[in-house]
Amino acid sequence: MTNADTSADHTIGSSGTLGVWATLRRGVQVSPELLEGFRVTLLLAVLAACGRILVPIAVQQTIDGGVLASGGPDVTRVAVLAVLAALGLLLGGACAAVVNVRLFRASESGLATLRVKAFRHVHDLSILTQDSERRGSLVSRVTSDVDTISLFVQWGGIMLLVSILQIAVATALMAVYSWQLTVLVWLCFVPLLVVLRPLQKRVNVAYTRVRERVGALLGAISEAVVGAETIRAYGAQARTQRRIDTAILATRDAAVRAQNLVSLVFSSGVLVANLVLAVVVVAGTYLGVAGALSAGKLLAFLFLVQLFTGPVQMATEVLNELQNAVAGWRRVLAVIDTPVQVIDAGDAGVVSPRGPATIELRGVGFAYPDGPPVLSGVDLTIPARTSVAVVGATGSGKTTVAKLIVRLLDPTAGQVLLDGVDLRDVRLAELRRRVVMVPQEGFLFDATVLENVVYGLPGADAVGHEPAVRVAVANLGLTGWLDGLPQGLATPVGQRGDRLSAGERQLVALVRAYLAEADLLVLDEATSAVDPVTEVRIARALDSLKHGRSTVTIAHRLSTAEASDLVVVIDAGRVVEVGHHTELVASGGIYAAMHRSWVSQTR
Amino acid sequence: MLRRAVQLLGRGMASEPRTYVLAVGSSAVFGVTTVAISQVLGKVTNAVVVPALDGSASARGDIWPAGLAIAAVALVLAAGVAGRRIFAGMGYVDLQAGHRTRIARQLLRQPMSWHRRHATGQLLANASSDVEAATAVFNPLPFALGVVVMFVVAAAALLTTDVWIALAAFVILPVVLLVNVVFERRMTPAATRAQQLRGEIADIAHESFEAALVVKSLGTEDREESRFAERAMRLRDANVRLGVVRAVFDPVMDLLPGLGTLLVLVVGTARVAAGAVNTGDIVAAAYLLTLLAVPVRAFGWVLGDLPRALVGYERIARVLDAGGEPAHGDLRLPADGRGARVELRGVGVRVPVRPSLPLRESDPDHAVLLEDIDLDLAPGRTVALVGPTGAGKTTLVTLLNRLWDPTSGTVLIDGVDVRDVRPADLAAQVALVAQSAFIFEDTVRGNVTLCDDEEPGAPTDAQVWAALRLARVDAVVSALPGGLDSPLGERGSSLSGGQRQRLALARALVRWPRVLVLDDATSAVDPRVEQQILAGLRTAARGDGRDFAPTVVMVAYRMSSVLLADEVVHLDAGRVVDRGTHDELIARDPGYRDLATAYERESERRAVAAEPDSEPQELTTQEADR
Repeated sequence: MTNADTSADHTIGSSGTLGVWATLRRGVQVSPELLEGFRVTLLLAVLAACGRILVPIAVQQTIDGGVLASGGPDVTRVAVLAVLAALGLLLGGACAAVVNVRLFRASESGLATLRVKAFRHVHDLSILTQDSERRGSLVSRVTSDVDTISLFVQWGGIMLLVSILQIAVATALMAVYSWQLTVLVWLCFVPLLVVLRPLQKRVNVAYTRVRERVGALLGAISEAVVGAETIRAYGAQARTQRRIDTAILATRDAAVRAQNLVSLVFSSGVLVANLVLAVVVVAGTYLGVAGALSAGKLLAFLFLVQLFTGPVQMATEVLNELQNAVAGWRRVLAVIDTPVQVIDAGDAGVVSPRGPATIELRGVGFAYPDGPPVLSGVDLTIPARTSVAVVGATGSGKTTVAKLIVRLLDPTAGQVLLDGVDLRDVRLAELRRRVVMVPQEGFLFDATVLENVVYGLPGADAVGHEPAVRVAVANLGLTGWLDGLPQGLATPVGQRGDRLSAGERQLVALVRAYLAEADLLVLDEATSAVDPVTEVRIARALDSLKHGRSTVTIAHRLSTAEASDLVVVIDAGRVVEVGHHTELVASGGIYAAMHRSWVSQTR
Repeated sequence: MLRRAVQLLGRGMASEPRTYVLAVGSSAVFGVTTVAISQVLGKVTNAVVVPALDGSASARGDIWPAGLAIAAVALVLAAGVAGRRIFAGMGYVDLQAGHRTRIARQLLRQPMSWHRRHATGQLLANASSDVEAATAVFNPLPFALGVVVMFVVAAAALLTTDVWIALAAFVILPVVLLVNVVFERRMTPAATRAQQLRGEIADIAHESFEAALVVKSLGTEDREESRFAERAMRLRDANVRLGVVRAVFDPVMDLLPGLGTLLVLVVGTARVAAGAVNTGDIVAAAYLLTLLAVPVRAFGWVLGDLPRALVGYERIARVLDAGGEPAHGDLRLPADGRGARVELRGVGVRVPVRPSLPLRESDPDHAVLLEDIDLDLAPGRTVALVGPTGAGKTTLVTLLNRLWDPTSGTVLIDGVDVRDVRPADLAAQVALVAQSAFIFEDTVRGNVTLCDDEEPGAPTDAQVWAALRLARVDAVVSALPGGLDSPLGERGSSLSGGQRQRLALARALVRWPRVLVLDDATSAVDPRVEQQILAGLRTAARGDGRDFAPTVVMVAYRMSSVLLADEVVHLDAGRVVDRGTHDELIARDPGYRDLATAYERESERRAVAAEPDSEPQELTTQEADR
């Protein structure tokens, strides 16, 4: 099953479907913590912004009422004023601190919820949806995408809130001092705000390119690490180096271009802000001469304009961060809003008690989205305490049968029943306890062999399970193999188990599933890389299980089929033969031919 | 710490001298003009604004020149800012590019034993986040240096105006620096912790999503969720802690220049009363303080990034300082148109039990992978290596092309110790196809030739097709829309396992090596196709000076493949148990007989067991209490 032909239903929604406001609304819905106590926070933020205009007011009062006072400089008056202003500053600062803390707490709680919800949802999605996306891209949705939002809140978000309030309060005070100058200052900044928007878009494009280049660069470098053996085996070092060098240069150039653009935008903000000073001085002095403005008020304007400068200079960067954060948010929400294809009946579901399991497929058909039918009209009963081998050529649909039985997929037609109950009505948690699959490539965690085999068991205490593990290993006839490992059960397997051979990884996965003690064990080519002696030993051990449980084995090697109670032959998506090995061999059909060729290969 | 920090910054800037001269120079211009703005405003207040409002006609005539003066300084200031940011950014990305180039060279130069000791994720982090950490400090560095200039000029300007106002203005400076230091002391560990937790969360998510199928089949979603949630909550707490530090710091930093300004106003008024200064001097000093608010933070940024930079640099240095490639000789291995003789003499491989450490001979904690292997494989022979899972087969074959060096004994190709052979010759003449095929994110052609198109000696398209045909993957490639130019996704994700294996085989065959090593390289390939491929190897050697059969060493499980071999070597627990033809081993080697006839014997056993009253015996002990 590749990702080539999955329809929209099975893929995670891409970004661009939600607008900015819709994203924010949906985001708050998913993480209600974000809005907790927001009104109080906003009120405090207004108070904090008011604190910022105290210095310009003090300047105006000092100049007009102190320095240029009619009776000569009035030091006492200025001192009293300064103390009052200082108290106000402290109070405003305290408000700002409280606002920040409240925002951090609310946003981090909300984002933690978002992160965990998205993570869980990824596991709840069907394997089709999971496989339609690169694992790395799924990871980034619960890591860097959420981090982008967090970083934005910690830096840009607060800046945005503070800036807007600061500009509002500063404008109000400026209007009190002189509406003419206020209009003039705004007229100077408005053109900048107008050009900022398209510039910000270009900045965004430039940074998107940088991120793409960085991604390609890391991909190229990762080939030097993951493909290290191949590169050495074929002496491809020089070529790989050239490819990496090209990627490094491309990344460097893209970054320089993006930074140059941002630098130009930023310094034009600096230029405008300082040119406004010149405008204020010229226009203000004329207004003063006309009697509309005192020297103190004019000078206070110089300080008030400063409250504009910071926000305007940072605007492109904040807007850019905002857009990245919204895009990140959208990607995380897209995960959460991707419908789960294999829906858990949950508490409403049928209770499925432990015990011998009977599986029945009734008129089952399956097609991958937009794909041709893989299975059609499959009727099959797997009685309790039976071992069944499903055989067929590559691409015949036998692996799909396994996936339907363990409900990794739901059939597109017909029903799969466990003890007479449609799998869709069974509580998923109970189904997973009763029916366990061992995939061909059982993933191993970067831990010891012991920790990997007890992975499915309840309780975190791996060592406590050790006796049970040893029994299981012995039952499967694997004690000799285990003793041959450098540190036995305590042997670290490495990342993805890469310190073990493919066959050994399969053995670990098998022990893990065996320990889960399911009523039905489904083995999907689970011993394909194991040597024949070990494979036969395992098959025999599993065979003895049938007294309590059933096994369904998807097999390439027909030794398993020989040993099974029942052989199911699948050809081109249909069950063509069912019966015992000897019967089928005698009947001279497809299975007989397969078996002949198998025997000739092995003996 | 301080010395290492200064060294780090000094070396970094010295490696891009031109860029940093421009960056620091622009930043100095920015520092000087920032002070100039406040001075000009002060002068304009004294000479134009106050007199003009008082009714001075000459002052009124100076209004426009005053405005132009401010505008002129503003232009220079903006240019300084632009230059500072552009060149600081350039220096920063150039440093990153330099680090990455050196790391990549090292990754390609180091032997496999070094790679095996280092986790993939760690090496990738070295090239990505560690490089970023090591260089981030260079972004605000020119800014901070410019601010030093700004301080010196500001101090001079204020002192020439009035000592008392200068004192009032500068009294907040030590406080600002102190707050910065305190802040960084608290911020850095909190930020490091959060960064570390972010890394851990990424690791968990990566592992958990890669394990998605296992998680589903064992129904352990809840367990994964709580594992992830536990870390996510810790990150939340760390982020909040970090946030609280900033939440307090930011208002304090905003507050200090404000308080300083108020002090300047009071002292300034007193000095005006004393007749020492005038209004403009107060305005200049107060305005300067508000201008300093942001720049003083540059020190905080540098201080804040420094510890991270040192740690990042250390981690990079560990990669860069690792000893070079393993010793190799420069003996030529002539391509003399026949399969090569392969010999192993007294070969043993031991590995340390803790794989992160390099092996020391005296280390008692080691596992034996291979011991006392003596083999002599005649040119052109096909030899099958057979043994149980974990016997050391893969280890043995990877010695032949030096992906691994033995800890004792020697490996010889045509009588030459492989350690004395030029690496390029070894790579050209000993081709190994591994168990899991690695596919590059490249075209089909690039993946087969591993050469650039214009490279001399690159195989022709005809040769590539011939290799694809021999590997029975030509039909797959013809069906791709771009043929040989079709791009294969990351790790060849658009191909099936068997197709990837056959493509990797074509990569080996296009070289027509003198020794071909197949490490279970066709396990995902249909047995019938596998037969065709193996048979083809012996008959298809035609033309292009390729009319010889290579010496083939193959690890195999399928008896049909083993039967194609001239000779079988039976390996168990790291030792050669026996060697000979299949029939000879069947006759005299019970272990081999077990392996070779496992299925057959099992069928027979079953046939007997199928007799009416021979129930298989009860097995499990756990079953009893179920």
